[in-house]
Amino acid sequence: MTTEPQRIIEIMGRAVPLREDNVDTDRITPAVALMEPTFDNMAAYLFRDARKSDPRHPLNDPKYQGATLLVVGKNFGSGSSRESAPQAITRAGFRALIGESFAEIFAGNCNVLGIPAVVASHEAIALLFAAAERRPETLYRLNLETKTLTFEADGGMQRLAIDLAEPRRVALLSGSWNSLAMLQANEARVRQVAAALPYMNEFR
Amino acid sequence: MSHGTLYDKVWERHKVATLPTGQDQIFIGLHLIHEVTSPAAFGMLREEGRHVAFPQRTFATTDHIIPTTSARRPFADPQAEGLLAVLEESVAANGIEFFGLDSGSQGIVHVIGPELGLSQPGMTIACGDSHTSTHGAFGAIAMGIGTTQIRHVLETQTLALDRLKVRRLDVNGELRPGVTAKDVILAIINRLGVGGGKGYAYEYGGSAVERMDMEARLTLCNMSIEGGALNGYVNPDEVTFAYLRGRRYAPRGAAFERAVAYWRSVASDSTATYDDRVRFDAAILEPMVTWGINPGQSVGVTQRLPEIAALAEEERRGAEAAYRHMKLRPGDPILGTPIDVAFIGSCTNGRITDLRAAAAVFKGRKVAAGVTVLVVPGSQAVNRQAEEEGLPEVFRAAGAEWRGPGCSMCLGMNPDKLVGEQICASSSNRNFIGRQGSPRGRTLLMSPAMAAAAAVTGKITDVRTLEREPS
Repeated sequence: MTTEPQRIIEIMGRAVPLREDNVDTDRITPAVALMEPTFDNMAAYLFRDARKSDPRHPLNDPKYQGATLLVVGKNFGSGSSRESAPQAITRAGFRALIGESFAEIFAGNCNVLGIPAVVASHEAIALLFAAAERRPETLYRLNLETKTLTFEADGGMQRLAIDLAEPRRVALLSGSWNSLAMLQANEARVRQVAAALPYMNEFR
Repeated sequence: MSHGTLYDKVWERHKVATLPTGQDQIFIGLHLIHEVTSPAAFGMLREEGRHVAFPQRTFATTDHIIPTTSARRPFADPQAEGLLAVLEESVAANGIEFFGLDSGSQGIVHVIGPELGLSQPGMTIACGDSHTSTHGAFGAIAMGIGTTQIRHVLETQTLALDRLKVRRLDVNGELRPGVTAKDVILAIINRLGVGGGKGYAYEYGGSAVERMDMEARLTLCNMSIEGGALNGYVNPDEVTFAYLRGRRYAPRGAAFERAVAYWRSVASDSTATYDDRVRFDAAILEPMVTWGINPGQSVGVTQRLPEIAALAEEERRGAEAAYRHMKLRPGDPILGTPIDVAFIGSCTNGRITDLRAAAAVFKGRKVAAGVTVLVVPGSQAVNRQAEEEGLPEVFRAAGAEWRGPGCSMCLGMNPDKLVGEQICASSSNRNFIGRQGSPRGRTLLMSPAMAAAAAVTGKITDVRTLEREPS
């Protein structure tokens, strides 16, 4: 890799609540986004159809301008493997997602792009939705080392437990989230494994 | 943790190393690419002066953006033309075999991999497309990946992966006439949920699965991802071996016999242990139809749409949104729901057996007034086979349009799109909002025969109640 690995430990910012379960990647970036040969323009496609049809969509709401966290429901990012979805999210300025759960391919795509997609309990997410809606100016501090989300609410500090698969957390904390360098390091061993596979030798 | 399953065996065989992060580095035996998700990966490679590590293990085709009325170049849509041109340059520059429009072998990537004999038991298979789970039908670990991961495979032929748990799904008993693999998988997703498979590979087995032919198994595994499972597979057996024998990229002669020995060896042991096990009774299933905006929102064709209050609390909000989008009402029967369009095709149901099932319904009947019907073969090979059997004449005589191979109306990346609020009886895999190309378009998922029955009656109809030989 030519770019320096970037360790991702703590993210601070305001949050946009997206109260819906099973938000699929067709909705995050409609198929028309995939007609672009690169990801450069993806930010413009983020929830494009939903924002057009619903003027009250949170991403149309000026009070969430500049937010860097997306709070989402259950099974976010289901469906298509399109990387345009996390690309649009990160290019629109979001640095992390906090949700009840994430679809497998989407979560993997987020991680290789260095976007933490962390989970929290149903109750914690409900609390976050309410907080982000009531007080959009609230600042949240997401810490991957301590696996906590802290913010000020009702005059005191709230501290919620967050989680993410350990290998993904380690990858983000150590800056090896784009696994390419790690994969390249084992080139000789890759050749060995390949040579031992029956179908790589026409079943000799 | 599972033990002795096909998943465990194939994983161990392909494991290169445990990475410092704790993930496993897995060798990818077969990498399939298409024009939509790979051009950006080739772009990254080119920018950094890298090359493809195992070009002979990657195969390319084109499917998503192909116009099905005429695939003549250049395409009318410059973006579509651009994507295909980048793919063509990239495969040529990297020595990758390409099944292009003039190859006679082009088609939907999940249709051609199997029919060319590229997809085989005991392999790891990756493709920048979530429906790669399809290839698990051979007894492979097959998964959809993103574009950055495509680059990883191109450069290293490996991926950094998390080992999944294995859930065994036993489908025992005999499917009733008119009930297909599509109905089985829709029923599974309905019961376990669209997120229920998260963290699992699905192993499909039981007498109903053992009796399925390869094409039915491909349909079953295809929609694993719609149930949240990254991989779905069927253990290889005589049906698998018979299907592979004689295919272009399958081993030949004595090598075939040695291959069968390997293929048998990777099947799950009778003593295998699973992380979870769920049983389904095949005999009680009926044709399924989705009514909502995710593939789990479905009912048997004789059922009524669920009342909000009858649903689990966590599903109610989603159901309300689905009813609003679909303009359907809780408590109504799904039977009789009028349709505007019928689509028969896709990586789920665009194979020859699917077209035969649809043709059996269209034969001697006419498409209902005001309904548009697209029948789209999954590949050029399926197209040729259908022509040999005289199926296009059946479709045309009924008033359906017989198109060229491609992804067509599954996903709104080519000229085949719903318009406005059109409602479509579709043999594809996703009923997401906007999926078929119109933000207000509506999709009802079902089997090809059910979509054909809807086409000839103009409304959702139980295909089992159509008279066998219309006059």
